[in-house]
Amino acid sequence: MLEQLIIEGIAIGACYGLFGVAVAIIYKTSEVVNFAQGEMGMIATFVAYHILVQYQLPFWLAFILTMAFAALLGCLIEFLFLRPAKDPTVLGLIIITLGAEMLLMGLASWKWGAEQKAFAFPLSVQRTMEPLPGFIINEWSLGVFTLTTLIMILLFLFFRYSRLGIAMRATQQNRNAARIMGIKVERVFSFTWALSSLIGTVAAMFFAARSVLDPNFMMEPFLRAFAAAVLGGLTSIPGVVLGGLMLGLIENFFGYAWPQWKPIVAFVIIIGILTIRPSGLFAKHYIKKV
Amino acid sequence: MLCNAITSGYSFMDMKRDYYEDIELFSGLTVLFWSMTFLVLLFTLPLLVPDYYFYLFNIILVHVILAVGLNILVGYTGQISLGHAGFFAIGAYGTALLIMHANFPFFLALTAAGLIAAFFGLIIGLPALRLKGPYLAIATLGFGLAIMHVIGHWEVFGGRMGIQVPPLDIGLPRAGLSLVLDTDVKIYYLILPIAVILVIGARNLMKTKLGRAFIAIRDDDVAAEVMGVNLTVYKGLSFAVSAFYAGIAGGLFGCVLGFFDPFTFNFLLSISFLVMVVVGGLGSVLGAVLGATLITYLQYELLKNVAEMPFLGGLLVAFSRKFFTVAGLENLSSIALSLIMITIVIFEPLGMFGIWIRMKKYWKTWPF
Repeated sequence: MLEQLIIEGIAIGACYGLFGVAVAIIYKTSEVVNFAQGEMGMIATFVAYHILVQYQLPFWLAFILTMAFAALLGCLIEFLFLRPAKDPTVLGLIIITLGAEMLLMGLASWKWGAEQKAFAFPLSVQRTMEPLPGFIINEWSLGVFTLTTLIMILLFLFFRYSRLGIAMRATQQNRNAARIMGIKVERVFSFTWALSSLIGTVAAMFFAARSVLDPNFMMEPFLRAFAAAVLGGLTSIPGVVLGGLMLGLIENFFGYAWPQWKPIVAFVIIIGILTIRPSGLFAKHYIKKV
Repeated sequence: MLCNAITSGYSFMDMKRDYYEDIELFSGLTVLFWSMTFLVLLFTLPLLVPDYYFYLFNIILVHVILAVGLNILVGYTGQISLGHAGFFAIGAYGTALLIMHANFPFFLALTAAGLIAAFFGLIIGLPALRLKGPYLAIATLGFGLAIMHVIGHWEVFGGRMGIQVPPLDIGLPRAGLSLVLDTDVKIYYLILPIAVILVIGARNLMKTKLGRAFIAIRDDDVAAEVMGVNLTVYKGLSFAVSAFYAGIAGGLFGCVLGFFDPFTFNFLLSISFLVMVVVGGLGSVLGAVLGATLITYLQYELLKNVAEMPFLGGLLVAFSRKFFTVAGLENLSSIALSLIMITIVIFEPLGMFGIWIRMKKYWKTWPF
């Protein structure tokens, strides 16, 4: 029972972490907290559903098309809503992304209605396997582990060695200096949103496979993932994944002990931790210089 | 950035020459005259407008109180709150339960609920001391969700089924002085004076030491601290005052609705409160009033039944049947609201108040 709780907790935590990474990438590069991230994933998952049901395409093809859509959506939101804002405040940016969230949710409910749908995902939570004796793991968790590890390694390599990744880090450190060095900062932002939308969509598909598909389904996971990202510290990508894992574990154990308080335990813990460490557990806390 | 924009908006219009000019309530006879006219209009409104509009007016007034309070926190002190629905819920549940179970007279219950909300605000204000931007957003968001969840799971609060508010009695029912308000117009005459007092109170508050300390914190908290503003006290107070307004508004909201459940006070409600303040104009009492009025009108009246709108309705239904679903057409109101908020932030960061200032400036300097 205990190891089952741990495996399940780590699996859902990895999913939170993956989604949190999507939030963190945008925050790291442009200091925008993207409240629309959940709905971006939601609408992309709906597109995948639409392709699967309406056109009867195989899953891999639908996946590729959805990824293209997700990348485009990320670019589009950045281009339409964030780029025109001149000298926005933190609050202004939050309002813009909240607006984008409401917009996407409204559009999805308009297009697909509010009723719940089943999302045909190839990895199921029901089918389990036992690689070691006494160590039961379901397909879904295995998929999450593999994919999270893969994406983390790719992200590490990307930020470390690729020109674009280095440009993104430079933009994060100092936007003006990066611009002077010949980096097209706007293009970097577009790319950041596309990348983050891609990662978010992958995570959203996993969430959809676990629950049902309706326009509200990403609300809860997004808030958890965001909380996990804040817990780990929004500026450190490994920290965000660790925060997600911790959150998944804590939540699973809590949910086992006191099921009815499960939905809020994450937030209570996060408020507590933020009171002690204002920038999350794994991020460097910068003191503002006057 | 915000402060620059606001001061640049102000600097043209409000050239202050001495201290007394800064603290006066009405900045001239014209303003006094129009304010009084407007007040008289508000109090005689039931003579002019059919009764069935007053449910909407009551909700607008409640939202005005809340938006003015939220503006003290967001617009004047520069803190973010995504959990104001929580304080709103505390006010609503506090008032109703104190009347039902502790037999408090209405005004005492309302004030007590407001003070309870203020106390919670003070508690949330403590972590806010060290938290900035997104971190504060998630902390207040967590608070709002936690309140909603606690209320939904505790039997005292009526659980998920919600509670039925007893008939609104503003007298002293136990002493035999019963004064039951049973129509929307009567409730309107209860809420209107409270709203007027609280709005004027907020405007006055900003001209005191407290208000100036809030503004100093918004402009630069380090500089404010150096100038001798105690950040702990004033940030906590800002949350408390704002939560008090939200609590009072919540208590009145409960009376207007008559019945509510925990899901009334969800995350989207917190967002719509923020939208009111931002659309109206940050850092201006007038702006908060305008924003609350516009957004509430859009939400509760204009965009409520999109399909029955004149001219557009049939067109939209046909359009949805072809490309979308007709059942989802009601989401058009949230789409419209979201577009309004995005547009306002991008093109008019000062909101409706900014538009007002520019109009005033245009006419004052016309033809230049």
